[in-house]
Amino acid sequence: MTQILAAPDPVETHQAGAEVLLRALKEQGVEVIFGYPGGAVLPIYDAIFQQNAIRHILVRHEQAAVHAAEGYARSTGRVGCVLVTSGPGATNAVTGLLDALMDSIPLVCLTGQVPTHLIGNDAFQEADTTGITRPATKHNYLVKRPEDLARIVHEAFYVARSGRPGPVVIDLPKDILIGKAPYVSAPTAEHRSYRPQTEPDRSAIARAVALLKSAKRPVIYSGGGVINAGPTAGAAMTALVRKMGYPITNTLMGLGAYPSNDPQFLGMLGMHGTYEANLVMHGCDVMLNIGARFDDRVTGRLNAFSPNSKKIHIDIDPSSINKNVRVDIAIVGDAGRAIAMLAEAWDADPTPVDRPAIAAWWKQIAEWRGIDCLKFDQTQASGGIIKPQYAIQRLYDITRETGRDTFITTEVGQHQMWAAQYFRFDKPNRWMTSGGLGTMGYGLPAAMGVQIAHPDALVIDIAGEASILMNIQEMSTLCQYRLPVKVFILNNQYMGMVRQWQELLHGGRYSESYTEALPDFVKLADAFGGTGLRATSVDQLDDVIREMIASPRAVIADICVDQKENCFPMIPSGAPHNEMILGTEHGANIADAGAAKLTDAGMALV
Amino acid sequence: MTSPVIRSATISVLVENEAGVLARVVGLFSGRGYNIDSLTVAPVDDNGHRSRINIVTSGTDMVIEQIKAQLDRLVPVYKVADLTLGGPHIAREMALIKVIATGEKRAEALRLADAFRARVVDATSESFVFEMTGNSDKLDAFAALMRPLGLAEVSRTGVAALARGATII
Ligand SMILES: Cc1ncc(C[n+]2csc(CCOP(=O)(O)OP(=O)(O)O)c2C)c(N)n1
Ligand SMILES: [Mg+2]
Repeated sequence: MTQILAAPDPVETHQAGAEVLLRALKEQGVEVIFGYPGGAVLPIYDAIFQQNAIRHILVRHEQAAVHAAEGYARSTGRVGCVLVTSGPGATNAVTGLLDALMDSIPLVCLTGQVPTHLIGNDAFQEADTTGITRPATKHNYLVKRPEDLARIVHEAFYVARSGRPGPVVIDLPKDILIGKAPYVSAPTAEHRSYRPQTEPDRSAIARAVALLKSAKRPVIYSGGGVINAGPTAGAAMTALVRKMGYPITNTLMGLGAYPSNDPQFLGMLGMHGTYEANLVMHGCDVMLNIGARFDDRVTGRLNAFSPNSKKIHIDIDPSSINKNVRVDIAIVGDAGRAIAMLAEAWDADPTPVDRPAIAAWWKQIAEWRGIDCLKFDQTQASGGIIKPQYAIQRLYDITRETGRDTFITTEVGQHQMWAAQYFRFDKPNRWMTSGGLGTMGYGLPAAMGVQIAHPDALVIDIAGEASILMNIQEMSTLCQYRLPVKVFILNNQYMGMVRQWQELLHGGRYSESYTEALPDFVKLADAFGGTGLRATSVDQLDDVIREMIASPRAVIADICVDQKENCFPMIPSGAPHNEMILGTEHGANIADAGAAKLTDAGMALV
Repeated sequence: MTSPVIRSATISVLVENEAGVLARVVGLFSGRGYNIDSLTVAPVDDNGHRSRINIVTSGTDMVIEQIKAQLDRLVPVYKVADLTLGGPHIAREMALIKVIATGEKRAEALRLADAFRARVVDATSESFVFEMTGNSDKLDAFAALMRPLGLAEVSRTGVAALARGATII
């Protein structure tokens, strides 16, 4: 027999597209994919079956896959990865993609697509996925040629995590997954066109420091950009703010970047922010915004927003600067780099700060704090009804007692705002909430993603009874993977936030905001294979929280709270910061306040 | 302080010539409520990898700043230049203008075309098609003059623009 030694066949360096895809994901450091199978992505599932490096978590709905990847990404600082099939798989993912876009969360979402020759034919489970997701992603790709596959995967991860992070979709026709494709490694060269500026301008930093040193009533207002810049950016900001001795407030997205028990911390600002944070924003003379975007929930009425201040804005996205609010000093760049340069320039500039003015400012702030805007009345009488604020406060106290690393996610509504007000965060990446899009149904799948990334941590979804039903099916996923996520429902039987607006703006006509028939959440937990608990009076609360935390299983704790409670302080839409409504504990009447303060223009706002 | 006055801006965008890039640009304008007064696009390098999109838009200074920043953050965008702000520039468009007329009106149309340096590119006993290049105002003016003379149809290319002198974007 003659032996023929074949020359190396170039095609042998080619693998099936699905394998090339997984190899590229591995090179990008992907360890977990959240996904759901279907016809168009079967080749990928087959490749997943035949390897062990990447773990697949089977969700129960594609929207949940995206939120889970968001939770994973936000709690780790890494890029989350999602895999869904064509057509309905892709359309189900859209809400999650937009959620990630609005909150600047890095994701790569792989969507199946019909084979290239069928695209445009209204084939079975065909959707124009790149068309549908274009405004819901930072960028998207349709892979049309095998030779583009590996390059596009690497590029997608680069785009997702660079500059202002966001979700990226890669649409994968089935023939590309089945056919052979060449592999290329991640490029070392710079991207052709996408090169976000990360290095701040030194002269702008120097001008910012000069302005900050001259301030008499300064404030630092930081947002999600500092979280996205990584834990060292938060620590550096904390050190800088302490050195300055100036007050700091965080946006909803920015909580945890600055330790919330620190005396310089004013609490969250904005529509449901603290009295002191909002009045400081209104009355300041110099504002330093780091990684926040002057969102309408924060500014209130724009022409009355912080009318007498000079403003410095640090943002990685130039389109965030001067979008809503004109600023005096714009600094484009990475928040971490900008903070480091500010600290350096602060030390280098010999000008002293105006101590007497700053002391007077703190005295004013102490007066505002003295109002105690978050106070509430909780009866301790046996059988007494639980105030939702108290439930969060006890949850916080008891989790702190345990000393466990605790991650909080939320759904959307009053409970979300109470969580932001009464749960306190000392570290970044511990707080995951849907800020920009306000997506009910976010919290449970997000908690799932967090728990996958942090198996030993305590992960709690602070939920409302309405929101939780939007992705309740994920209890099944939790039980399959033995993920001991805790769902802490503040059950007021109302879409509380809707009810609050109806009380305030629509004459107390509670149109469709009361849920006539709710499931028995204890039995529901049981049905999924988890544990259900319930507290109906204040004397039961602590025991339920302790039992929930101690349980090694997924738990739903149904906390039946005061149905009439409203979330205060509140700046009604279209009102300025200094026209805040305080709670009934402060003698306020919500209906009067609403009628008096709301303009027609404000009514039109959400 | 920024001016609340609405101004016109001619913006040139150099983009990677890939599928969907025009949809991204157009979608950005429609999704964010910006105006497009004119838009042209074509490949502009030897191998067809890069295209130039010229957009004539209008808005306050703040809005036009936003438009440029929003365009610049699209992944396939290399460069965004505001030709209106960037110094003197040339903006030209071409129009084909059909006039259906006989007798004195026909003669008058021809005389005006001559004065405007429009070329006759098609003629029948009852119609002309004029080709004309110039800035948009000139094309508007010519079309307005043709209207009483039997203007029937207009096809315009939209604006192509470059900075004057040695400046490139
Ligand atoms: C998907 C989705 N649909 C509708 C809304 C509007 N919305 C905001 S809060 C809310 C009520 C939430 O009720 P619940 O989860 O019980 O929370 P609560 O306000 O009672 O704490 C609704 C319907 C939304 N944010 N998201
Ligand atoms: Mg509720």
